[in-house]
Amino acid sequence: MRNAFASEITDLAQADPRVVLLSGDIGNRLFDKFRDRCPGRFFNCGVAEANMISVAAGMAMNGLRPIVYTITPFVTTRCLEQIRVDICYHDVPVTVVGVGAGLSYASLGPTHHSCEDIAFLRALPNMAVVCPGDAVEVRLAMKAAVERGSGTYVRLGKKGEAVVHQGVPSFQIGKAITLRHGRDVCILSTGNMLPEAAATADLLGRQGRAAELVSFHTVKPLDTEYLTRVFRDFSLVVTMEEHSRLGGFGSAVAEWLSDQPLQRASLLRFGTEDEFLHESGEQEHARHHFGLTAAQMAENIAARLYRKPALAA
Amino acid sequence: MSDSLKKTASAIRRRVIELSHEAGTPHLGSSLSCIDIITAMYWHVLKIDPKNPEDPLRDRFILSKGHAALALYVALCDRGFFPPEILATYNKDGGALPEHPGPKCVPGVEAATGSLGHGLSLGIGMALAGRIKGESYRVFALLSDGECNEGSVWEAAMMAPAQKLDNLAVVIDYNKWQATARSNETLNLAPLRAKWEAFGWNAVEINGHDFVEILTALSQVPHPSGKPLAIIANTVKGRGVSFMEDDNNWHYRIPTAEEVQKAALELQTV
Repeated sequence: MRNAFASEITDLAQADPRVVLLSGDIGNRLFDKFRDRCPGRFFNCGVAEANMISVAAGMAMNGLRPIVYTITPFVTTRCLEQIRVDICYHDVPVTVVGVGAGLSYASLGPTHHSCEDIAFLRALPNMAVVCPGDAVEVRLAMKAAVERGSGTYVRLGKKGEAVVHQGVPSFQIGKAITLRHGRDVCILSTGNMLPEAAATADLLGRQGRAAELVSFHTVKPLDTEYLTRVFRDFSLVVTMEEHSRLGGFGSAVAEWLSDQPLQRASLLRFGTEDEFLHESGEQEHARHHFGLTAAQMAENIAARLYRKPALAA
Repeated sequence: MSDSLKKTASAIRRRVIELSHEAGTPHLGSSLSCIDIITAMYWHVLKIDPKNPEDPLRDRFILSKGHAALALYVALCDRGFFPPEILATYNKDGGALPEHPGPKCVPGVEAATGSLGHGLSLGIGMALAGRIKGESYRVFALLSDGECNEGSVWEAAMMAPAQKLDNLAVVIDYNKWQATARSNETLNLAPLRAKWEAFGWNAVEINGHDFVEILTALSQVPHPSGKPLAIIANTVKGRGVSFMEDDNNWHYRIPTAEEVQKAALELQTV
């Protein structure tokens, strides 16, 4: 996702002189092309994220379209106050981009994990929260974010994740993308869980369970039209995210659901627990700890489906 | 020049005190300490046009110490940015003017402030936008000394010289008080001028109530050194009213009708 991000914003900045990039002293060499092609529009703001967010807001108040980039916890929760007041209260078009979302940087320890950012940012008025599922969606999300006239948070994984989209889908902030049709269970995945969600659907398929696979890349604004349909058409709807089940995507769906008249489907939410991960290990290990691998989720879903009465034909 | 600015500042002080009483809002001492600076800005320094408040080439003034909003509102109103009827709705239910300025709450307000430590960073963004777009406007941010407690102020203080922002100036309203205590006894603020100098700014120290000194300092933007300018303006909290000067109770106290009258009498003789 990271390289797709750097490449896409270089294209965007070449086409649009309003686009500027602010980095919190990360991305060594990643932005060489950007700096080369758009001189005077790259700012290494140092390890001073609060200032960086406000500087970006001041630029946006004066006609620019800044993109602010650093590691997820440092560009979200560390400077939440500046995002809230300077971007959201002023309602200016700054794109906040976090790299290493969720457990992407698991081995760096909980200071570098980010399993609370969606909760904090989606609570802010005027802020959109977009979690692209793969490199294809990263490009589309960046283009849409820069065009949007308000603050947008784009949550990236790391580099080298599997690409799930085979073509280039139609993309709109706030509109979920159906990747596979199925009838037994509907899997709504947000962000970097998409390859794991696809693998879960594959495993269920081998057991004769046809899963609908959806990239629910936007957590806010929530695609309620889509939710209305799937909670009507399915008996089980599943959310997947590399984020706490407190306040994240699954919470957003649950909040919406609790305000609806009786729905046919029940909801199963996968996400991280309300805890810091104290043991070391890579992302795969961390996912396993929280029950977020395809095998664990497929087993869990199958158990739920087994308990549910079969659908009427 | 100085005499007419003094008269303007006195009229603003009178109206600020009246409105504090009418609306029951605090931060009078903080407003009074920076009124001479605000008057110098709006009546002499800033290239602005109240009839064209969104002119892309206008100078930008950010009241980073947003709790002095009343001083800014009265100055903008007197300068013709919005009519007195709107000023009269200050802090009223359903009104346009909250106790801290909202984004574009009235023409002329450049930024919503009130949470301290944001204004200088916003100003850097504005100054960089001007450079990128080839617009030669200048940016001024007014901070309080207590506000310099915020770490983000010093993040901004390091960035502006690194970007050689000679179109940016910060003015510190150094009234030696913060909300509940002497600013230099709360955190180790002094020596303020040396600190800004050490951070790479062209720093000057002035009497923040002397219009000649204020105007001389502010005339140095853009500065030929290529550095941003920091003006440490020594001021008196509650300036202009004998029974409010240097008395920190007036950070929160709201004047009675009698005190409003007494203050008005003192200010009339200016």
